[in-house]
Amino acid sequence: MKRVAGLFWSLLFLAVPVLGVITFAVAPAYDIWLPKDVSEHGAAVDGLFYFILWLTGVVFIVTEIVLFWFMWKYDANNTKTDVKYRHGSHALEVVWTIIPAGVLLFLAIYQMNTWADVKMRRPNMAPTVEVIGRQFEWRLRYPGRDGVLGTPDDLHLVNDLHLPIDEDILIQLKSMDVLHSFFLPNVRIKQDAVPGMKIPVWFKARETGVFDIVCAELCGWGHYKMKGRVTFESRELFEEWLEVKYQEQEATQESGKKI
Amino acid sequence: MSTADTKPTSVQDSPQKQEPLVHAQPSTASKLSTFLSTYVFSKDHKVIGLQFLFSTLLWFLIGGLLALAVRWQVAWPWSDVPVVGKLFAQQGGQMSPEFYTMLFTMHATVMIFLVIIPILAGAFGNFLIPLMIGADDMAFPTLNMLSYWFMWPAFIAFGASFFVEGGAASSGWTSYPTLATNVNSSPGAGWGQTLWLIGLTFVGVSSMLGSVNYMTTIILMRAPGMTMFRLPMTIWAMFITAVLQAFALPVLTAAGFMQLADRTIGTGFFTPEGNIVNNAVATAGGGQPLLWQHLFWFYSHPAVYIMILPAMGMVSDILTCFARKPLFGYRPMVYSVAGIAGLGFIVWGHHMFMSGMNPALGVTFMVSTMMIALPSAVKTFNWLGTIWGGKIQFTTSMLFALSFVSMFIIGGLSGIFMAATPVDIFIHDTYFIVAHFHYVLFAGTAMGVWAAIYFWFPKMFGRTMNEFWGKVHFFLTFIFLNGTFFTMHILGAVGFPRRLADAYHYETFHHLQPLNAFMTYCAIGMVATQIIFAVNFFWSMFYGPIAGRNPWNSNTLEWTAPSPPGHGNFDFQPIVHRGPYEYSVPGIESDHLMQTDPPNSAATAAAAAAH
Repeated sequence: MKRVAGLFWSLLFLAVPVLGVITFAVAPAYDIWLPKDVSEHGAAVDGLFYFILWLTGVVFIVTEIVLFWFMWKYDANNTKTDVKYRHGSHALEVVWTIIPAGVLLFLAIYQMNTWADVKMRRPNMAPTVEVIGRQFEWRLRYPGRDGVLGTPDDLHLVNDLHLPIDEDILIQLKSMDVLHSFFLPNVRIKQDAVPGMKIPVWFKARETGVFDIVCAELCGWGHYKMKGRVTFESRELFEEWLEVKYQEQEATQESGKKI
Repeated sequence: MSTADTKPTSVQDSPQKQEPLVHAQPSTASKLSTFLSTYVFSKDHKVIGLQFLFSTLLWFLIGGLLALAVRWQVAWPWSDVPVVGKLFAQQGGQMSPEFYTMLFTMHATVMIFLVIIPILAGAFGNFLIPLMIGADDMAFPTLNMLSYWFMWPAFIAFGASFFVEGGAASSGWTSYPTLATNVNSSPGAGWGQTLWLIGLTFVGVSSMLGSVNYMTTIILMRAPGMTMFRLPMTIWAMFITAVLQAFALPVLTAAGFMQLADRTIGTGFFTPEGNIVNNAVATAGGGQPLLWQHLFWFYSHPAVYIMILPAMGMVSDILTCFARKPLFGYRPMVYSVAGIAGLGFIVWGHHMFMSGMNPALGVTFMVSTMMIALPSAVKTFNWLGTIWGGKIQFTTSMLFALSFVSMFIIGGLSGIFMAATPVDIFIHDTYFIVAHFHYVLFAGTAMGVWAAIYFWFPKMFGRTMNEFWGKVHFFLTFIFLNGTFFTMHILGAVGFPRRLADAYHYETFHHLQPLNAFMTYCAIGMVATQIIFAVNFFWSMFYGPIAGRNPWNSNTLEWTAPSPPGHGNFDFQPIVHRGPYEYSVPGIESDHLMQTDPPNSAATAAAAAAH
């Protein structure tokens, strides 16, 4: 009975890596996995995710199986060998300090370039659009025909972001009231919007389509419904849409009168 | 209590000579004042430890029920909450989104500030430090009493905040401005938020009083022969935790007062100029929301280690005891705890990669964060080394300790994803991070706490807990916790955001409801399982088998004292002759050699050979 108990507990701990790996293996089949990526830099982000997944996955499986193996082999009711009276091993300590240190340092350096591309190497251009978080909507402001933000011909919209594909997009992100976070799951972009700050966000979309804009930083009771949509389309369609929206805005205002 | 009085070599075998639990009181004292000074305003570290234990276990229950309500909404948004729905709902039995926001804020607040921190440092720190270093009490017993009683204003402030207008705080446990500072930002941003800050301040005062006491006690009151490098890992961890608290807490306390001033007297530390929330009047401002985040995480990242290091220490001691083997790499273990504490002060920015902080600064924090994974890895390898070649006894306590190691591996590895800044862009504020910190704090710390409760229960109450029901409790908790939290990783891989009352109206997340329902079933099972623990705990307190001084044949000093120890702890002055981990020393009949056992030539020779 006691021998069985040790085996039972060991197998329970073996179930951790087994079921863990199965969970990750079947998740993509049920579409519970990274959503479609349409951005230029997303491949690098996803690549790093997979790299770390493999790396940590191997460490996870090996250490959990070692734990299982020791539990099974050194069960007091099962083992006949004497306890190994050891206080440690200097050589082992050095090995298992140096190797993870090397791996972690490599990982740190390896990812810097991607981070710099997404967050530090800002394209030298005027903002394509200004996105302003406000409880609980995304306010959008396109520069009008003069191409300059902050002039009377700016186009104002809410939640319905359209952007051209295959060219650099620079968003000027602001918040009117509290913290928000501008999260485009399909573009692998996330950036908090902070009251009092203008934060640049840039990316390049590779495919057309309509995707979610999610608020990812708690912004109050209506946080869950602060939803927008982003439409990526060709330059021509984008300009066509811009013109339509501009005409709609003009039509609702008295002509020639500044508000 | 003279040093000459060191006769019993194997106290654990001697017949029970229990000292009366209550210290002799002047006979003129009334019964009421005796009761008050013994059990209520006690200065005995053990009573204070148990006061902390009972209080935090009660809040653990409240925090768990709050979590269930959160899970209910995530799995079945806007459906009627069974049983309790009628109590808080304005119409029908469904919860409002502001109620949901309050729920997860208070779940985290309760679990972190009223459960994990006080149960580790307050309950186990208080109970174990004097016993394990061979002291008769803490250095400052009155301060110690105050550290418990300063929790009560916090209990009252957090508890009362549920009943004020607008409900309890609802800006997340991180209390980020301007959501938290502007009273117009949400229903809970009124009195609820103010009470939250007041409660937080009192928790801070309590922790501070505890930490100066722990440091002083450990440095000055060790028994003769108890050098720093003969301290058990539990004490090392408690010591370094106390240092972390002493250095990090003042920053949070100051920041808390600044936020309180922003809210009540119109200062603008964290509010920018002209900030308009909910169409209210613009603020005078002149401040910066990111300043709060820096100050908050300057405390709260070290606090993450405050929430895990003591559990690591206790698990190290439990693993050695039930593997009947010396701790593998004692000094590397001590150095890695110290390393975690040191690095812990320069990694706070990894909570702020997406915050708008200078991205170049993010790179610095990324490198330091990668490096802090190293001492954690060293600790894990040493735990595996400890059970290698042992004779493992699968007691309930050992199973919880082993599961700590198994689960900490998951929690540690998933941290590397977040540390990698480009990956963090996608998984920041998603369920991936929720999975990560629940693996560290629940599957890690809470499992470590259960290991410690089953292990030290005999010392606390003189009786052992029921092993069979303990194992049932372990088995079900282990299964359900993995069902609840492991699946959160893949949820996070979709980008499923935290803190959303209903995410299914997003095209990206609409198909995830069945998975969330599965997780909620597991969470319900997990909370229900704790009924077994509660019954076992209280039943064993009164009817469990009498434990004796040293039921686990352990080495450390607390096991030489009576169970439970009377006021003053030891009935003889413990003299320490060796480190705490001399199990299965070759050439010795017994498989353990207590720290107080007199010098033994065979043991000395074996120790020299093993080094």
